[in-house]
Amino acid sequence: MIFLDNLINGISLGSIYAIIALGYTMVYGIAKMLNFAHGDVIMVGAYVAFCGLQYWGLPPVAAILVSMAVCTVLGVTIEGLAYRPLRQAASLAVLITAIGMSYLLQNLALMIWGANPKSFPRTFINSSIINIGQLNVSSATLITILANVVIMVALTLFTAKTKLGKAMRCVSEDRGAAELMGIHVNRTISFTFAIGSALAAIAGVLLCSSYPILQPTTGSMPGIKAFTAAVFGGIGSIPGAMLGGILLGVIEIFGKAYISTELGDAIVFAVLIVVLLVKPSGLLGKPMREKV
Amino acid sequence: MTKAKRKRLILNLVTFALVIAAYIILQSMIAGKSISRSLRGQLVPICAWIVMAVSLNLVIGFSGELSLGHAGFMSVGAYTGAVVSGWLLHAQNMQDTTLRLVLALAAGGVMAGVAGVLIGIPVLRLRGDYLAIVTLAFGEIIRSLVNVLYIGTAEGRLHLSFLNKEMPEGVQMLVDGAKGAVKIKPIATFTAGFVLILITLVVVLNLVNSRAGRAIQATRDNRIAAESMGVPVTKYKMMAFVTAAVLAGMAGALYGLNSSTVVPTQFTFNQSINVLVFVVLGGLGNVLGSVISATFLTVLPEMLREFSDYRMLVYAVVLILVMIFTNNPTIRAFADRLFAPLKQLFRGKKQAGGDAK
Repeated sequence: MIFLDNLINGISLGSIYAIIALGYTMVYGIAKMLNFAHGDVIMVGAYVAFCGLQYWGLPPVAAILVSMAVCTVLGVTIEGLAYRPLRQAASLAVLITAIGMSYLLQNLALMIWGANPKSFPRTFINSSIINIGQLNVSSATLITILANVVIMVALTLFTAKTKLGKAMRCVSEDRGAAELMGIHVNRTISFTFAIGSALAAIAGVLLCSSYPILQPTTGSMPGIKAFTAAVFGGIGSIPGAMLGGILLGVIEIFGKAYISTELGDAIVFAVLIVVLLVKPSGLLGKPMREKV
Repeated sequence: MTKAKRKRLILNLVTFALVIAAYIILQSMIAGKSISRSLRGQLVPICAWIVMAVSLNLVIGFSGELSLGHAGFMSVGAYTGAVVSGWLLHAQNMQDTTLRLVLALAAGGVMAGVAGVLIGIPVLRLRGDYLAIVTLAFGEIIRSLVNVLYIGTAEGRLHLSFLNKEMPEGVQMLVDGAKGAVKIKPIATFTAGFVLILITLVVVLNLVNSRAGRAIQATRDNRIAAESMGVPVTKYKMMAFVTAAVLAGMAGALYGLNSSTVVPTQFTFNQSINVLVFVVLGGLGNVLGSVISATFLTVLPEMLREFSDYRMLVYAVVLILVMIFTNNPTIRAFADRLFAPLKQLFRGKKQAGGDAK
């Protein structure tokens, strides 16, 4: 039973990584950049939801909607102000700008909300324990997994069926050709950032419902791990991000439970390295062909 | 001597001259006691960061591989340096601080070099962003491992244990898990840092301007072309990577021996990113740029002290603005137009001088 408990916890943690990883992977696929500030958008989302619940007395659903709205605006603003002027620049320059943005968000959060860790209210997903047979599962865990499945299905349908989704796939395949076909590239990229940031807000709330300590650096470690998950599954691929995220979460929880608590992170990264050595483009990534 | 060669020689000489001049000025300021306390405390760290930036520039700027785990090598060096120095003091009763410092730096460099070889073999098989993420992963693995490392010395021997603290009676702890390397006797000096910078510059500039260096840069510019011209790509990439690791290890040892404790959280991913920022702001493949930006960006947060709470905020904004202003094509074109008359004036003078010759 402990095995099953761990498995469910792992899938739940992995679902959070997967939702964050979606933001990384979509932005990477379309704009070919590592958006280092993504982890900090999660943190902002969690803080906004926290304020909604604690200070403004919003009901949980309204709080999460407000948080999603704020993050969407934030994501689009960041893209427009900092990344768009560098669309043609070298990828390292964009990377450094993203890092600067990450510092900026962390320090803004530090100024607004202070350095003291806030404890995220349990009221959002009141963590009642549900018994399924002999399994004890908290409702937060179940909601996280459920949210992940819904987002996965919705996003797959969106990219496959809608006009905007198709535009996104086109731009990620060949930006120049997409532009020639009359696709508004800048608008499509902005839209990708909007979706990624809205997902980040959800991830932030889910993360803090399971691990209720909120501080300005809350987003950075899950951010790095989710990015790892995106690479693990093959960066640029939406199912890859899902698979990578969930596997990473399961490996982390099992590593912590059965091998060593302190070495959990090391195990995660070691598995990543082994996978990349065997399959250098990630689990579901397309192998890159080199042209001379 | 060709024109390009002469230009490079002059640039290298300027680099050395600037570093030596800065050292002499700072030393005389220390002698005359006209240097602020906070700056004085920063001298050794600045030296360490300069070495870190120059060595990372070798990997990113010259070999063209994005490495995000450079702080990992620094931490290997810092821990090795602390252990070797502590062991020599407690177990071998060596009182000569200079010799101890030299041995500690050398040991730090060697250990980081070994780590560089071990990491380089798998890492350099990958390309681009995947390579970057694996170096990041290795940096994090190193950090997790030193978090559960315990090293003590008793009766002239080193005791090492992993995950749990099993030490004999009366042991002198050198590395104490999450508490880090403890009770270090700070023996690093500004002069040692200066010498280390000189060594780094000599190594890097010579490597870059040698046959091997040209091969490294050829691989960066076009891997396939270089390979088809018979350049053993992996060998040269490895050479750059391991050299950088050794230098980073020595910088780490210097940095560690400047304070009384070294904790694993000092060498996180963020620290690797900081060094990356030095390199990119200084200019990829520009050694002098790395030296200047490492110095400036280490001092900058201190200079922003008066902004107190806002200093990291200002730092972030400055970083973003500098990147946008130096990389946006529209702004660059505008700046070029703005400075065009000036440039023409300069060029005209130069040409006149050439004619006179």
